[in-house]
Amino acid sequence: MKETPLSNCERRFLLRAIEEKKRLDGRQTYDYRNIRISFGTDYGCCIVELGKTRVLGQVSCELVSPKLNRATEGILFFNLELSQMAAPAFEPGRQSDLLVKLNRLLERCLRNSKCIDTESLCVVAGEKVWQIRVDLHLLNHDGNIIDAASIAAIVALCHFRRPDVSVQGDEVTLYTPEERDPVPLSIHHMPICVSFAFFQQGTYLLVDPNEREECVMDGLLVIAMNKHREICTIQSSGGIMLLKDQVLRCSKIAGVKVAEITELILKALENDQKVRKEGGKFGFAESIANQRITAFKMEKAPIDTSDVEEKAEEIIAEAEPPSEVVSTPVLWTPGTAQIGEGVENSWGDLEDSEKEDDEGGGDEAIILDSIKMDTGVEVSDIGSQDAPIILSDSEEEEMIILEPDKNPKKIRTQTTSAKQEKAPSKKPVKRRKKKRAAN
Amino acid sequence: MAEAASVAAESLAGSRARAARTVLGQVVLPGEELLLPEQEDAEGPGGAVERPLSLNAGARSRVRVVCGPGLRRCGDRLLVTKCGRLRHKEPGSGSGGGVYWVDSQQKRYVPVKGDHVIGIVTAKSGDIFKVDVGGSEPASLSYLSFEGATKRNRPNVQVGDLIYGQFVVANKDMEPEMVCIDSCGRANGMGVIGQDGLLFKVTLGLIRKLLAPDCEIIQEVGKLYPLEIVFGMNGRIWVKAKTIQQTLILANILEACEHMTSDQRKQIFSRLAES
Repeated sequence: MKETPLSNCERRFLLRAIEEKKRLDGRQTYDYRNIRISFGTDYGCCIVELGKTRVLGQVSCELVSPKLNRATEGILFFNLELSQMAAPAFEPGRQSDLLVKLNRLLERCLRNSKCIDTESLCVVAGEKVWQIRVDLHLLNHDGNIIDAASIAAIVALCHFRRPDVSVQGDEVTLYTPEERDPVPLSIHHMPICVSFAFFQQGTYLLVDPNEREECVMDGLLVIAMNKHREICTIQSSGGIMLLKDQVLRCSKIAGVKVAEITELILKALENDQKVRKEGGKFGFAESIANQRITAFKMEKAPIDTSDVEEKAEEIIAEAEPPSEVVSTPVLWTPGTAQIGEGVENSWGDLEDSEKEDDEGGGDEAIILDSIKMDTGVEVSDIGSQDAPIILSDSEEEEMIILEPDKNPKKIRTQTTSAKQEKAPSKKPVKRRKKKRAAN
Repeated sequence: MAEAASVAAESLAGSRARAARTVLGQVVLPGEELLLPEQEDAEGPGGAVERPLSLNAGARSRVRVVCGPGLRRCGDRLLVTKCGRLRHKEPGSGSGGGVYWVDSQQKRYVPVKGDHVIGIVTAKSGDIFKVDVGGSEPASLSYLSFEGATKRNRPNVQVGDLIYGQFVVANKDMEPEMVCIDSCGRANGMGVIGQDGLLFKVTLGLIRKLLAPDCEIIQEVGKLYPLEIVFGMNGRIWVKAKTIQQTLILANILEACEHMTSDQRKQIFSRLAES
C-alpha cells in the first residue's frame, strides 16, 4: 500500500505549531514520550514502547567457529526488520533505503562502540566461540524507530543469559540451564541513540520526533551516547547545515536524556530480576494492564446479590452433609501433599519408598527440593503411609491448613528458601530424589 | 432423545441459528446464522416438527428487511461476516422489517457508495484529480464535479489540498469515483477544505458515534470554543479553531473520546471550560 501523502494543510499547521513551540501531543521540545519496557518469559526477549512505536528484541546464541582473523573473539550479529504490521507503507520489497540506514546506524552504535566484551565470548581459541545474534522487529511505527531499536537492543543484551561453559584441558562442557544457571553477557556500557529533528533549516529542533513530525522535518541528527557521556556514534542526515554550537548543544541534551533512559533501563532490569527470583509471574502476559478500558473485560453479569446470605444459609441448612468421599489431606513432606487417590503412578521404576506417591494431587503441589535438605526429612520416611500424617507445627511461615470437612483446596506454601521447582519437570526431580536417597 | 438427535443433526457445525431478535445488542461472531422474526415460528425447536399444511403456502407475509454492514444474506437467513454488536432499527413508516447491521470497530476504510469522505489530492492528470481516501486505491475526481465548474472555469485545486466529497462509484471491481456536488448540482458543503486547521485520523467507529444525530460530544465541544469541523467517514477529521493551542486541544479531546466514559469526558470539559 502506498503511504498516505502529507497534505499541505497538515504541513503548514505542524510548522506553525513548532514555531510556537507546540507539539501535537502536548510535549515540550526536549521531552521524550513515555518509554515502557516489558520482558518476556525467556531471557533476552523484551518489548520497548516509545509512545506508540514498538520494537521487539530477541537475543540468541550459538557456538560457531570464529572468524579467521579474529580467532579469540566472539561474533555479534544485529538485524532490524520492519514488519509489515508496523505501517501500511512497509511492504516486503519496498523499504530498502530506510532499512539499510537503520541497520547500519544500529551496527555502528553497538558493534563499533565495543559495548559487549567479545573476548569473553571465546570458548576455545580458534575453534569455538559464541555467536550472539540480536533480532529486532518493528511492530508499530509512530516515529523515531532508531531510538526505540537501540534501547530494545541494549535491554535485550543486558537481559540475556547464555549457557555456562567450562573448559578443562581438552574437554569442553556445555551445561544446560537446568544444570547450571546461565550467565549474563559481559557488557561494558550501554550506548543509546537520541534523535534530534530539525525544522526550518535548522532554526527549530525537536527531540524524539513522532511520525507526523518526521514527515515535515528537514534533517535528522542521531547521537549515540552512554551514561559516561562518551559519544559512540553521531550521524546527520537530510543535508541540513548545522552549526558547531548546535551540535554541541544537542550533545549536552543527549547526555541528560541518556542518563535518564539508562536509569529507567536499570530499574526495569532490576524489577524483572526481582520478580523472577521471588517466583512471581513474569512475561508479556503479566505486563498488560487489566484495569484499562481498552483491555479485555467481561461485563459483570447482572446478578442481584442482595439476599445472597439468606439464600446461602438456606441452602446449607437444607443440604445433606457431604459424603465420606472427601479425604483428609495427607502431608508427605512440608510442601507436598496428597488430596484424593489419583491415578496409577506412571513414573516407572522408582524406589519402593516412593511408590505411594500417587501424584494425583501432586500435580498441584509445589515440590521443594532444598527444604527437604534443610529440615532433614529423609525421603525414605515417606514409605508406608497408610496412616495419614497429622500436620505438625509447620516450619514454614504461612500454610493454609485444610479443614477435613470443607472442600479440599490447593495447598500453597511459601518458604524462605529460594529454590522451587514445579512438578511438571518430572525428570530432573526424579534424578534429584535418587541422589539424595543414595546419600 | 429423538429431538436431541435431530437437533444435533441439524447443526453439524455446533452453532444453532438464533433468532435475530434475541441477540440484539450482543456480540456476534462471523459465521453465525441469524433467523429473522417471521421464520422463527416455522423453525421450532428441532425443525423436524410437523407443520400443518396450508393451502396457500406462498401467501406468507413478505417483509422487506435491509441487511446492513457486517451481514449477508444466506438462503433465507442472515449470515454474520464481522464481529461486533448486532443492531436493529425499526422502519420509520410504511412496510419493511427495518434494518439489521453489525456495529464493528475498524481503522481501515473501504469505500462505500454515498459516503462523505475527506481526501487528499495526490496527482493532477489531465481532466481528473487522483485523491487518496485511505482505501486500497486512490479515487478519481473530475474537475467538472465542482459547483460552478465549466471547461473554461476550472476549480483551484492543488496537489496536497484537502477535498470533502462523496462517492458515486465504489465497489470492489472498479476504481472509486467521487464528486463534490450533490444530485442537484449544488456544493452543499463539499469541495476544497480551507488552508489552515489540522487533519488527524481516528477509528471509523468513533466517527459514526460523533455523527450520530444526538451526540453529546459535539454539542459540548461546540460550547467550548468556536470551531469549524469536518468529519470524513474514512476516519479523517479536520478541525480548525482560532488559535493553534485550541486546535490541538480539540484534536486531542476527540482522539481521547474513544476510550473515555461519559463521566470522565464531562470532567475534562468542565476543567477546560474553567481555564
